[in-house]
Amino acid sequence: MIAPTPITLTVNGETVAAQVEPRIHLTDFLRENLGLTGTHIGCEHGVCGACTVRLDGEIVRGCLVLAVQADGKSVETIEGLSDSGALDELQAAFRDRNALQCGYCTPAMLLTAHELLARNPTPDRATIREHLSGNYCRCTGYQAIIDAVEIAARARAGAKS
Amino acid sequence: MTDAPTTRPGLSELDRPNSYIGRAVPRPNLKRLMQGRGQYVSDMSLPRMAHVVFLRSPYAHARILGIDSAEAAAMPGVIAIVTGPELAKVCTPWVGVLSHLKGLKSAPQYPIAVDRACWQGEAVAAIVATSRAAAEDAAERVMVDYEELEPVADMRTALDAATPVIHPELGDNLAFERNLDAGAVDAAFAEADHVVEAEFVFGRHTGVTLEPRSILADWNPGDERLTVYQGTQAPHMMQNIFAKHLALDESQVRVVCKDVGGSFGIKVHVYADDMATAALSKLLRRPVKFVADRLESFNTDIHARDHRCKGRAAVKADGTITAFEIDDLTGIGPYSVYPRTSAIEANQVVNLVGGPYTTPNYRARARVVFQNKNVTCQYRAVGHPIACSVTEGLVDLAAAAIGMDPADIRRRNLIADDAYPCASPSGLRFEALSHHAALDKLLAMMDYSALRAEQAALRAKGIHRGIGLASFIEVTNPSPAFYGVGGARISSQDGVAVRMDATGAIICQTSITEQGQGSEALTAQIVASMLGVPMSRVRVTLGDTDNTPYGGGTWASRGAGIGGEAALQAGKQLRRNILAAAASILQADPDTLDIRDGKIIDAATGAERVPLEELARIVYYRPDTLPPGFQAEMMAVRHFVPRDFPFAFTNGIQASWLEVDTETGFITLLNHWVVEDCGTIINPQLVDEQIRGGVVQGLGAALFEHCRYDERGQLTNATMADYLVPMAAEMPDIDVGHIVSPTKDGELGAKGAGEAGTAGAAACVANAVNDALSPFGARITEIPLTPELILTALGRI
Ligand code: FES
Ligand code: FES
Repeated sequence: MIAPTPITLTVNGETVAAQVEPRIHLTDFLRENLGLTGTHIGCEHGVCGACTVRLDGEIVRGCLVLAVQADGKSVETIEGLSDSGALDELQAAFRDRNALQCGYCTPAMLLTAHELLARNPTPDRATIREHLSGNYCRCTGYQAIIDAVEIAARARAGAKS
Repeated sequence: MTDAPTTRPGLSELDRPNSYIGRAVPRPNLKRLMQGRGQYVSDMSLPRMAHVVFLRSPYAHARILGIDSAEAAAMPGVIAIVTGPELAKVCTPWVGVLSHLKGLKSAPQYPIAVDRACWQGEAVAAIVATSRAAAEDAAERVMVDYEELEPVADMRTALDAATPVIHPELGDNLAFERNLDAGAVDAAFAEADHVVEAEFVFGRHTGVTLEPRSILADWNPGDERLTVYQGTQAPHMMQNIFAKHLALDESQVRVVCKDVGGSFGIKVHVYADDMATAALSKLLRRPVKFVADRLESFNTDIHARDHRCKGRAAVKADGTITAFEIDDLTGIGPYSVYPRTSAIEANQVVNLVGGPYTTPNYRARARVVFQNKNVTCQYRAVGHPIACSVTEGLVDLAAAAIGMDPADIRRRNLIADDAYPCASPSGLRFEALSHHAALDKLLAMMDYSALRAEQAALRAKGIHRGIGLASFIEVTNPSPAFYGVGGARISSQDGVAVRMDATGAIICQTSITEQGQGSEALTAQIVASMLGVPMSRVRVTLGDTDNTPYGGGTWASRGAGIGGEAALQAGKQLRRNILAAAASILQADPDTLDIRDGKIIDAATGAERVPLEELARIVYYRPDTLPPGFQAEMMAVRHFVPRDFPFAFTNGIQASWLEVDTETGFITLLNHWVVEDCGTIINPQLVDEQIRGGVVQGLGAALFEHCRYDERGQLTNATMADYLVPMAAEMPDIDVGHIVSPTKDGELGAKGAGEAGTAGAAACVANAVNDALSPFGARITEIPLTPELILTALGRI
C-alpha cells in the first residue's frame, strides 16, 4: 500500500478534499468515500460501461480512471445530473418506454445517451445503437432503450423549437 | 382465445371501471433507479461491517495439503482468515438432491472446500478484513499447498471406466438418469418415409447479471438474529436455508432483498460464498459483506446448458412427424446445486422435446454427469432452449428431407387449437394453447411469403439470407409439482396483504420479488384495479421475510400468475371490507355501493357518497360513531397456489431473418418476430419487454456466449472482454405479437412470460442460419454459431 495522496476536486458542483490511496479508482472513490452509489460497477475492467461518469464534461469509465487523476477536475454523477434536470427528457422517456428493468445499467446509459444527444440532437436508430454499444444491458434487449433515446431526442427538439 | 392483447372476454373483475389491467402504465419504482438512488446490496454498508474475499482454487481438481495464513493474518486490517474445516463447525454441508428426481445423487458441499477443491474457482479460504482492498492484499499472502488431481473435464468420457470418479463414495460420475418411452417409437421409425437425425451441441454459458452476486450478512448476537441483505429471487427459501445450516430457528433469520441488478435464475440458488458469508458473520459477530468481482462471477455464478443431445425424428412423405427420440448428455460440475438441483434442466429437456407437436411416440434418455468445472443449474428458460433447438432443428431437417416448407410442416404437426385440454407424451398437461393462431399471426407479421421471395431474389445475387422458425411451449406458474413434491422447502404459494391506512392510501405487501420484471407495478395495477383507487395511492413492499406474507418469490415465470392472483383476491377482499364499513356508515346495502377513483359511489348511478379519506378517518379516529358491534377490517390477506394444473403452459413461436456473410462467417440479425400467449396481459409493455429481454439472452447463446474450458478444466475466458454478450449495435428490433388464452386456474388468467423469449430464440436463429446455408449443403447443429463454425461448415477453413 502506498501512502494516501491529497486530492481536491468538484463533485456535482461541491468541492471535495480527500486523502486517497493512489490505487483507488474513481468509481470506488465516489461510491465508498462519497456514498454516491448511483455509479455502478459491473466489471472493473473497462468493458461494461456501468461505471460511466462525467469528468470535466466528458464521459469516462470510472473504473479506468484513478481517483488521483481526478485531482483538480470536475466530476458529475447520475445523482448530480438528475438533480440538475439535465436528464429530464431522457428519464421521462426511459420511464414511459420501460427502458430499464433492473436499472443497474441505467445511470450509465442515461449519461451516455445524454452525451450523444449533446453532440447529435437527432440521431437515427443505428447511430443510437452504435453509440450505446459500450454499455451492457442484460435485461432489456436494448430496443426499449433505443426507443427512449429517440423519444427524448424528439422531446428536446420540440422543447427548443 | 382471442387475438387482441387488451380484451378479456367475460372477466368482469378485470374490466372494472378505471381498471389498470391491460394498460401499459409505467412502473412506479423506476424513478429512484434512474436517479442513481436505488439500493442494491453492493451499495449497502453497516456499522462495523467487514468485507470477505475468497481465495479460490486455481486447479479444477486438487487436494488441499495445507494452508499457511500466518503472514496474511498479521497484515493491517485483517480480521480473520478462515478455512473450510473451521467454517464447517459453524455451517453444516448440504446435498442438492430432490426425492422426485429418482436416483439423483450428489455429495455434501461445504461453504469452503474441505480437503479438496473440485473446480477452478471453488473457495479454499476466506479472508475477512476491514476493507475489500485489505482483504485482497492479504489473500495474496495466503499460501496454499495443493496436490493437483486428474480433472474430469470432458462430459463425454465422464462415465468411462478409465475416468476418475470425482466422489468415490457415489460409485460413479452419473448424477442422474431419466428414461422415457411413450407410444410406439420403434414402429414409427420402421414405418417412416424418412428418418432424420443430428447431434445438437450447446455451449455452456451463464447469466452475467450486471450486478454481480452480493450479500451482506449481519448476525446480531444481542438480538440473536441474522439479517441477510441479499440480491435473491427467493427470500423465504433463503431464510429456511440459512436457518437450517447455521443452527438457527427460521424466526431468527430475516432476509431482505432490495434492488437486484439482474437475476435471470442466477440469483435463486444457494452459493457456497453466500453460506460462508452468513457463517462468517455468525462466527465473527459482526456484519460481513461479499460482492463477487466479475472474474469470480464467471467462475462461480451457476453456468447452464452444457448439453450434447442426439436427436432423431420420423416423418411421413406427407409431412406427418410420427416420432421423436433424443439422447441427452449434460455435465453439471462436481455438485448438484442446492436446493433446486442440477438435474432439473435435463429433466425439462426430456419433458419438453416435441411438446408443441401431435406425435404420441417419443423416447428419451437423459444423463447428467459430474465433471470438474463450475456447477450448472437453472438459468432463465431452464431446459427450454435445448428442447426447442433439438425439436425445431429436427422439424426443419424433416421438412428438408421431404421438400416441404418449414411453415407448412409446422402447420401440419402442431397440436390443433381446439384439441385442449390434452397431454404430451411426456405427461405434460396443456390447458389451452394456441399454436396455430400464433403461427398464422407470426407469418402475417413477418409477411412470410414476401420474405421468401426476397430471400430467393437476393440469393441470385449471392446474398445469403435465411428465415428460421421455432415453435415452443413454456412452463410457467409452477405448482408444488416443481420442487415441493421432491421435499424442497420452496413455497409454490404466494401471499399478498393489502390494507388501507388512515388517509385512504393503500399499502400492499407481496411475497413475490422484484428484479426488474415489474412485480411491484403489476401488483399495484391489480390492487388498484380491484379497489378502484388510483395507482398512485398504492404502495407495494416486497423482498423482506419479516414484512411480507410467506411465499415463493419470483422465478420460473410465476410472479404475475401466482402473485398476481393473490393480489387480485386480496384486493377484492379488502374492497368487500371497505364497502361493509361504508355501508354501515351510510346506512346502505353494501351491494349498492362500489369504489371508483378513490371514492365510495352509488354503484347504479355513479354518484359520489364518501371519499376513502373520509371513510378512513371515521374508521380509525371515530369508530365510536359506527353502529354497535361493527368492527371495520381494513386489511385483507390472500394466498394463491395453482391447483388445477401442475404448470400453466404457455406457447408461442419466433422467427429470425438474418444474413450470413459466407466470406467472413459473420451473421447479421436483420429482424426477429415473436408471437406468444401468456394469457391475460396485465401490462402489455412489461410483457413485451420481458419477451425482448429474453430473446436477446437467447440470441447471446445462439451467437456469442460460451464458457470455454480447456482440457484441464480451466475456464479460459472469464472476463467480460473475452466472454461476449449481445450489445446494442448487434441486436435487431424485435416485433412482439400476442394471442390471449387465459388460464382458468384463478380469476386473473395470467400465465408467465419471462422465459418465452429465451426459449425459442437460439432455435430459430440456428434454423435461419441453416436456411441461409442450404445452397451450400452445409448444416450446423451447434451453438454459439461463431464465424469459425460457419466457415468450417462451408469448408473455407
Ligand atoms: S465497471 Fe467500469 S467498465 Fe465495467
Ligand atoms: S436494466 Fe438490468 S442491466 Fe440494463
